[in-house]
Amino acid sequence: MQNFFAKNGPIISTYFLIAIGFWIIFLIVIPQLYMLDLSFRPNLPPLLRGGEEDVYTLTHYKHFLFGSETSKDAYNFVDLNVFFKTLATAVVITVLSLCFCYPIAFYIAKVAEHKTARLLIVSLIVPFWINELLRAFALRILFAGEGVINNALINAGLMDNAINFIGQDVALFTGLTYAYLLLMMFPLYNALESLDTNQLEAAKDLGSSTLRTHWRVVIPHAKAGIASGSTMVFMLTAGALATPVVLSSPNTFWFTQLIYQWFNMNDNWSRGAAYSVLLLLVSVVFVLLMMKLFRVKVGEIVK
Amino acid sequence: MSADVELQNISINFGDFYAAKDVSVMIKKGEFFSFLGPSGCGKTTILRTISGFLEPSQGQVLIGGENMAGIGPNKRPTSLIFQNLALFPLMSVADNISFSLEVRGHSKADRRARAEELLGLVALEGQGDKKVHELSGGQRQRVAIARALAIEPEVLLLDEPLSALDLKLRQKMRSELRAIQKRVGITFIYITHDQGEALTMSDRIAVMNEGRIEQVDSCQAVYEQPKTPFVASFVGENNPFYGEVTACNNSRVEVLCDGNKFVADISGRYHQESKKLTIGQKIILFVRPESISIKNSKTKTQNSFSARLDSIEFEGHLQNLFLTTGPGMKVRLNVPNAEEISHLTAGQTMDLTFSAQKAVVLPEGNLAVD
Repeated sequence: MQNFFAKNGPIISTYFLIAIGFWIIFLIVIPQLYMLDLSFRPNLPPLLRGGEEDVYTLTHYKHFLFGSETSKDAYNFVDLNVFFKTLATAVVITVLSLCFCYPIAFYIAKVAEHKTARLLIVSLIVPFWINELLRAFALRILFAGEGVINNALINAGLMDNAINFIGQDVALFTGLTYAYLLLMMFPLYNALESLDTNQLEAAKDLGSSTLRTHWRVVIPHAKAGIASGSTMVFMLTAGALATPVVLSSPNTFWFTQLIYQWFNMNDNWSRGAAYSVLLLLVSVVFVLLMMKLFRVKVGEIVK
Repeated sequence: MSADVELQNISINFGDFYAAKDVSVMIKKGEFFSFLGPSGCGKTTILRTISGFLEPSQGQVLIGGENMAGIGPNKRPTSLIFQNLALFPLMSVADNISFSLEVRGHSKADRRARAEELLGLVALEGQGDKKVHELSGGQRQRVAIARALAIEPEVLLLDEPLSALDLKLRQKMRSELRAIQKRVGITFIYITHDQGEALTMSDRIAVMNEGRIEQVDSCQAVYEQPKTPFVASFVGENNPFYGEVTACNNSRVEVLCDGNKFVADISGRYHQESKKLTIGQKIILFVRPESISIKNSKTKTQNSFSARLDSIEFEGHLQNLFLTTGPGMKVRLNVPNAEEISHLTAGQTMDLTFSAQKAVVLPEGNLAVD
C-alpha cells in the first residue's frame, strides 16, 4: 500500500482508491447483496416489511423449480423451459458469433494491409454508435412478414410466400449475434494481432495446410481471446433484454423477460431477485465449467 | 538428398522500388552459400524468393533443375529457419520438431522416433518434452535447425538465425552450424549482414548491394581480391586511397594518390577489373589495415607514405592505429598486440609501408557506408 502511494503520488492514489472502492462496493457488492437478501424474503406489501412475517424463505427458488402451489405439474416446466432454452440459445449465439468473427478478426489482424485493416475496424465500430434498441427495430423491419427481405425476395420472383423470419427466430438469432459482435471481435483481434506472423510462415514452410495451421498454431495462441470473447458474449446474450423483446417470436420467451415481468408487471421484486440470482449463478458456473473444459485460466482471459 | 539452386535473372520490384535486380547465381549441391550485404540490400528478399514466400517479378528459381514458379513454400524441397526462429511456443520441443511429419500424417511413434533422432543430431537428447521457453537461446537455435531438417529438405535456408545470440554463443553456433551442414550434406543458403559469420562458415559468398550481386567468390577471394570498391570496403576493414593510373600493364599498376606514388602487383589476380585499367583512369587503391606496417630502416619497398598518428585503440588481440596523411586522408592500421608500440605518441609523424602484392586497385566506385 505504501509502495502504491509512493509510486503514484497522493492525489492519484487517493483517486484510484475512492473510485475503485466506490465502483466495487456501491455499484457491485451492495446492490447484489441486497438482491440476494431480497430473493430469500417473502413478497410483502410495504407495511408488513420488517415485521413478523418477514423471515428468510426459499419460496421463490421453490417456485422456480416446482411452480405455484396450485399447479398440478410436478415441476415448473414453463419457467425451467424458458431458463434452459435461454442458456442453450446463448451458447448457440456465442458459437455463431465466434464462427463469424474469427475469420474477420484474423483477416484484419494478419492478412489485410494496414489501411484496409483500419477501414474495416472503423466500419465495424460505426454501426454500434446506433442504440441497441434502434438496431433491433431496424432488424425487425428487415425481417418482418412484409419486411424488406421478404418483399425483395417476392418481388424478385424467387418465392411466392413470405418467410416467417420472426416466428422461426431467425431474426432473434441474427439480432443477438449482431448485438454483441464487437465483444467477440476485439478480444479475438487482440489475441490474433499478437501472433508472430513468422509462426504462420513457419507452419506453411513446414508443409502445413491453412486449416491445420489454424488448428495447431493460431487457435491455441488465440485461446485466451476466444475464451474472453465467448464469456462476454455468452453472459450478455443470456442477460439481454431489449433484443429479445423486439425480435423474439411470440412463443419464444427470454429468461430476462420473465425476470422483468416479476419485477415490473407482477410487482414481485423478491421473485424477480431470486430469478436474477439463478441466472447469474448458473451462467457463472457454466462459464467456469467451459473454461475448465478448454483449459483456460481466469488470469489468461484478462491478458 | 541435396540439390542445386539456380537463380536466373531474378528481379523483384515493389512499384518503383527494386529489392532485387537481375540476380543470377548458381549455388551448387551441398554447398554452404552465404548472401552477405548491409540491411536493405535485398538478401532477405532473395531468400524469401527461394523459399517461395515471394514470387519474383522476373526471372526464375530452379531447385534441382526444376522450375519453382507457382510452387508454394509448403511444396518446395526447402526449409527456412527464421531470424526469430518462429518456434511454436505452445508445443513441446518434440512436437515442434516433428510438426512437418504430423502435417504429412506420420504416426505418433514415427514422429517421436524422428524427433529423438534429430535431437541427437543437434545434441539435445532427452529434451523433447520440454517447452520451448524452458530452453536457452542456443538450445532454441538448435531446435529450430532440427525442426527445419525433419522433413529432410534438399536445401536449408537460414535468415540470420544467429543475430539474436550473444557474441560467445554466436561464435560457437557458427562452427556447430558448419558441422551440422557437413553431417547432413545438404545445401545451406545463409543470409547475413555479419561478414564474420559469412567468412567463417561459407564455401562461397555472394556480396549484395542495393539489390544486385557485386561478387560471388570463395571467402578468401572476396576478402583478398574484391571485385568492386563496395566489396573491398564492406568485407573487412580497408583503407581507400583515391588517385589515378599513371602506368599499367598485365602485372603492375602504378598510381598517383595525393602525391604518393604507389605500385600494385596484379599478376596473381584473376578478376579483370584491375587488368583493364587505362592510364589516367580514376581509381581507388585499397590496403587492409593489417597489411600496412611501420617502416623501419631495414624495410625495402616501393610503397611508402607518411602520416600523423591521431590515436591508438586497444582491441585485445590487436591495436588499432588511426592516422591522417598530409592531404587529410584517414588511415587505419592494425598492429598485433605482441608488437611493442609504447614508444609511439599521438601527434608524431610516422613512415608507413605496404607491399605491392597486398594493394588492390579498382576503378572508382561507391564505398559501403558505415
